[in-house]
Amino acid sequence: MKNKELLKVEGLHVSVGEKEILHGVDLSVGSDETHVLMGPNGTGKSTLGYAITGNPMYTVNSGRIIFDGKDITEMPVNERAKAGIFLSFQNPPEIPGVTLSAFIRGALEERGSKLRLWDFKKKLAETMKLLNMDESYAERDLNVGFSGGEKKKAEILQMLMLEPRLAILDETDSGLDVDAVRTVSEGVRLYRDRVGGSLLIITHSTRILEALKVDRTHVMEGGVIVKEGGAELVDLINERGFSAIAD
Amino acid sequence: MEAREKSQVEDIDRSVYDIRDEEHDAYRMESGLTPEIVDKLSKEKGDPVWMQQFRLQSLQIYNQLPVPDWGPSLEGLDMEHIATYVRPNTKMQNDWKNVPKDIKETFERLGIPEAERKSLAGVGAQYDSELVYHNVREEVAAEGVVYTDMESAMKGEYADMVKKYFMKLVTPRDHKFAALHGAVWSGGSFVYVPKGVQVSIPLQSYFRLNAKGAGQFEHTLIIVDEGASLHFIEGCSAPKYNVANLHAGCVELYVKKNAKLRYSTIENWSKNMYNLNTKRALVEEDGKIEWVSGSFGSHVGCLYPMSVLKGDNSGMEFTGVTFAGAGQNLDTGAKVVHIGKNTTSYMNTRSISKSGGISTFRSSVVVNKGAEGAKSSVSCQSLMLDSESRSDTIPAIDIRERKSNVGHEAKIGSISGETVFYLMSRGMSEEDARALIVSGFADNVSKELPLEYAVEMNNLIRLEMKGSIG
Repeated sequence: MKNKELLKVEGLHVSVGEKEILHGVDLSVGSDETHVLMGPNGTGKSTLGYAITGNPMYTVNSGRIIFDGKDITEMPVNERAKAGIFLSFQNPPEIPGVTLSAFIRGALEERGSKLRLWDFKKKLAETMKLLNMDESYAERDLNVGFSGGEKKKAEILQMLMLEPRLAILDETDSGLDVDAVRTVSEGVRLYRDRVGGSLLIITHSTRILEALKVDRTHVMEGGVIVKEGGAELVDLINERGFSAIAD
Repeated sequence: MEAREKSQVEDIDRSVYDIRDEEHDAYRMESGLTPEIVDKLSKEKGDPVWMQQFRLQSLQIYNQLPVPDWGPSLEGLDMEHIATYVRPNTKMQNDWKNVPKDIKETFERLGIPEAERKSLAGVGAQYDSELVYHNVREEVAAEGVVYTDMESAMKGEYADMVKKYFMKLVTPRDHKFAALHGAVWSGGSFVYVPKGVQVSIPLQSYFRLNAKGAGQFEHTLIIVDEGASLHFIEGCSAPKYNVANLHAGCVELYVKKNAKLRYSTIENWSKNMYNLNTKRALVEEDGKIEWVSGSFGSHVGCLYPMSVLKGDNSGMEFTGVTFAGAGQNLDTGAKVVHIGKNTTSYMNTRSISKSGGISTFRSSVVVNKGAEGAKSSVSCQSLMLDSESRSDTIPAIDIRERKSNVGHEAKIGSISGETVFYLMSRGMSEEDARALIVSGFADNVSKELPLEYAVEMNNLIRLEMKGSIG
């Protein structure tokens, strides 16, 4: 670990209902680092993202989650969010009755932001432009009637505006066309440059990683981390698939 | 880490609505219902002879008709203990300065004078049984728009019009509480919009029932003449008492040829109120009635605005939301009768129930023989916030014309844990997340309201949601 440790997951066992999905996961992310979590479908990658974020549907049976030196295993979701943890959802729900703009502003106020309305609007408009989002989306109800790609962009927009210290991207690149992946990837790079927060990118493709400098790669299978390495591991998986690293 | 348990912990804060004024110097009719009391009320109000007789006939009908037994129980309502007439210690004013201080302050807390300055063409304010304030902007009055209290209308220039239309659409024979209304009605507003006049900003009447154990029986009569248009807003509230109060108002709306009327209501009676209100519109050729209705208050509510689509190509839209919390049984909905050809009706409602509240959506669509080309669409969505609450949908459809098209859909659901998690993952508390979801669910109505009212409605939802998380 070259940087100060921001997130540390220790021996994490997590269940949904009666079924245990994570069987003892250990993982560390330093501040100002980009980590990739890869692995075949259904191995528990999203579950780890949810557990770190604090989804109450996911029960931690044993193990701990340490964020910035503090045990957050029992901390409510919204407190974790305010501490600086952000999850970009794979399928964000539609929320009628609140516009994307008002939602982001409300979330900033929750965090004690003193950004004035004018400055907020300016920053929002600039950021949307970078993400190739039509400005009309700012005044549309959150995710309502958004296409898959627009929903993903709206998630990245929230990440860029809320400036979390740790952003977990859950399959943010899935189901997107080449152009949209490029835009999202640009947004993620901007987050690293502008905000300087850490990233945990859950993916099973590598396109989103092309514009990014990856510090560490974790491979999950069957609810445990089976392999860790540097950026070269991404290339290896890209060329030869997960079976290549199983041995 | 287990899903945290949710439970009802505290009563909601309704402080703005709940401040009671002392009843000083007010004239209060003794409780109960006898021909003597009705006669005395009529004399107090200086009714013309026809009205005096109308009241007594209505009382007879009231005594003949049974208490409706098909809906929520009305057992807690004892007419012997309801004062039918409480007159505030002031005459009606057209300047807030002359309204007694305590009453004026009540309306100020409710934001009425401010709304009048900002966004209304005219305001009527009723306090208990009588109007204490009525005023209409000069430029609106200059176009011939009449907006006054019913009493003045009945005795003044529009006496013939009142006599011609009063309780002809909703007659005392309609049901027991319509008969009661006919006997003891007092207050309410009269509006006449002349041919071709478009009133661009809304008129509002606000009804406040301050007196304990009293009834409010205001009558609203609106006539929108040919080619004219109007938006009328009705608001109501009352402080809470531990005895039953009764509201049995009556609204009669006449929408003439090619005219348009929007009638918006935010009802926030206190939770000891029996709200047994009757509203009806008669729509002529090419005319349109739009109802926007938010029901939040009352212990028991029965409210089903009815539209009679008499003229060809006439139409109605009903957009409503009902929120039933602890101790509330709100039975709401809408009715429509298609008579003219190519008439259209569209109902879009949401009902929310919480903490054991009961919310029932009742709709009735009747297509008469000869109403060729009639189209009707009814959509009702219900949201139950916990497992002790209840939500029902009772549609009635009666079609007597083959060449018509009637559709009905109903959906019942609960708040998704995934959605709450999403909002919380952005930093929102669970309470705020749930309130936001409920506001969003009710946005069919808030979108149709002028901004200030939409804000008030969302505040009401927020109040209702407060303390719903353990």
